[in-house]
Amino acid sequence: MRSSVQDRPPILELRGVGKSFRGTVALREIHLAVHPGEVVGLVGDNGAGKSTLIKILSGVHRPDSGSLLIDGVAVDLSRYGVAQARSMGIETLFQESTLGEQQPLWRNIFVGRALVNRWGMLRVAEEKRVTMEILRRYVGLQGRAITADTPVQTLSGGERQGVAIGRAMYFDARLVVLDEPTTALSLGEVDRVLTFIEQLSAQGRACILISHNVGHIYRVASRFIILDRGEMVASCDRQDISLADLHGRLLQIHAGGR
Amino acid sequence: MGAGILRTYRLQVGITAVLAVLLALFAVLSPQTFLGGRIYLSFLSTIPFIAILALGLTFLVIAGELDMSFPSLMAMAGLLFAEIYLRTASPWLGLFAALAVGGLGGFINGVLVVKVGVPSIIATIGTQFFWRGLSALLASGLARNIAAIRGTDFHQLMVGRVLGIPAQALWFLVLAVFLALLLNRHVFGERVLFTGDNLRAARLNGVDTDRVRLMLFTMMGLLSAFVAVLVCLEMGNWWPTQGEGYLLLVFAAIFIGGTSVFGGRGTLYGTCVGAIIIGIIEAGIISAGFSGFWTRLVHGLIIVVSVSVYATIFRTGRS
Ligand SMILES: Nc1ncnc2c1ncn2[C@@H]1O[C@H](COP(=O)(O)OP(=O)(O)O)[C@@H](O)[C@H]1O
Ligand SMILES: [Mg+2]
Repeated sequence: MRSSVQDRPPILELRGVGKSFRGTVALREIHLAVHPGEVVGLVGDNGAGKSTLIKILSGVHRPDSGSLLIDGVAVDLSRYGVAQARSMGIETLFQESTLGEQQPLWRNIFVGRALVNRWGMLRVAEEKRVTMEILRRYVGLQGRAITADTPVQTLSGGERQGVAIGRAMYFDARLVVLDEPTTALSLGEVDRVLTFIEQLSAQGRACILISHNVGHIYRVASRFIILDRGEMVASCDRQDISLADLHGRLLQIHAGGR
Repeated sequence: MGAGILRTYRLQVGITAVLAVLLALFAVLSPQTFLGGRIYLSFLSTIPFIAILALGLTFLVIAGELDMSFPSLMAMAGLLFAEIYLRTASPWLGLFAALAVGGLGGFINGVLVVKVGVPSIIATIGTQFFWRGLSALLASGLARNIAAIRGTDFHQLMVGRVLGIPAQALWFLVLAVFLALLLNRHVFGERVLFTGDNLRAARLNGVDTDRVRLMLFTMMGLLSAFVAVLVCLEMGNWWPTQGEGYLLLVFAAIFIGGTSVFGGRGTLYGTCVGAIIIGIIEAGIISAGFSGFWTRLVHGLIIVVSVSVYATIFRTGRS
């Protein structure tokens, strides 16, 4: 069954990717392929390079070496940015906030991909309409007076995450990348996020999930990848490892031994 | 719905009320001046200079940047305009040169901030000295008299009277409408808002914040040069300290208008009303029979009171 998944070209593939920041190596020789319907759990200690890795594939950072392939085609990295990644169906929920706190929700939903006429003027009414739809479907208004004009700063943490996820869902992503999306969420909100990931893979989309909570990862991921100090030290399928073993493996790496 | 709109625009309503109260006060204190039309025509010839500069600077402040150099850039651009007009008798060539140096000066500010990484307040204090010094050096410290330009078509177009109204007020109106659309309804304005709101978040959303800021600094340089040309034409003169008086007035107009110094939020309407308030106070005080020395004091009071109101009621402080 897995081989049938592997037969299709991966949505996204990294080949020998490396990245340094002013001399400090953040990533070294990373090989990674993500196929439709797959949920990849990316785990590792703080500073292991997880966020750097996903920022490379979402177009924020340019790698120093290696290549990036989408649908089997090499991407011109000099022209690859957030807008290009999004237009090729890669949606990312970054670890840090990507919301403009003082801006209304409708602007936050569409920033970086505004609906415009040919003069670059915003199609405000349409953006607001879509925003309300996203709010209804993914945020759960729960009787609160949230509208498209509400500024983000009045929203709770769970509502913000709902906005970010709703944005990723609405734009029909083929690969959704989530960097520690469950940190600081309540139990119910965590469950919503994990359920959302399960729906993604059921729809044949792919997902990369980063989390420190091995339980969350184990519930949704079909494959685990362990990063340690910029290197991929292990990759294993869910059926080959138990939650306890995965946990033990990570603790061992964190303790310094491989 | 009506209450919602009132809430959204409470800042604009508030600042307009302040202006109305001031005008009413002046009208009571000196009815012969403030109930006639002439004083308003005079306002229409002077306030647009402050207001146009303040429009450009509001964009920068919303993007989280400052520009302290525009008065000096005005001096440089004004000198080029006057000198080229005197030598070639072509005001168009002079205007073009002024805009070119203004745009270049703004762009250099942008490069210093965006590419080199100098905080904008420091970078533009540096360039402020540079342009003031360069213009004084080139002019040998002497003024340029261009009174001969009065009566030309160019003068009429830029600062003449159209149906009795000073042309600079119409230039201001056109620019204000254009810039308001740009900020509130154009995708570029959205990029400006997010750049000032949260630079990192803007970048993660694919906003090229470097480009946005470079463009804003350049736009400020262009507007400064444009106003410098208008001032030269209005006065028939260029002088070495031209522009100096505008620095604090323009900042005052912006902050009276309710734009947040922390970026991400601002109103061009507020800025315009702020510029009017700043622009009418001197005339109001003098025609009420007080000494001109009161002007600064009243400016100071209005600034302190208005920003205090914003900080307490609108919570514009750092949180
Ligand atoms: N923009 C950056 N500039 C400099 N160093 C960075 C930057 N981003 C990440 N790093 C460094 O790269 C390493 C990996 O960081 P990161 O990818 O954030 O790790 P993780 O997400 O796994 O905690 C760390 O040593 C971090 O300090
Ligand atoms: Mg991280």
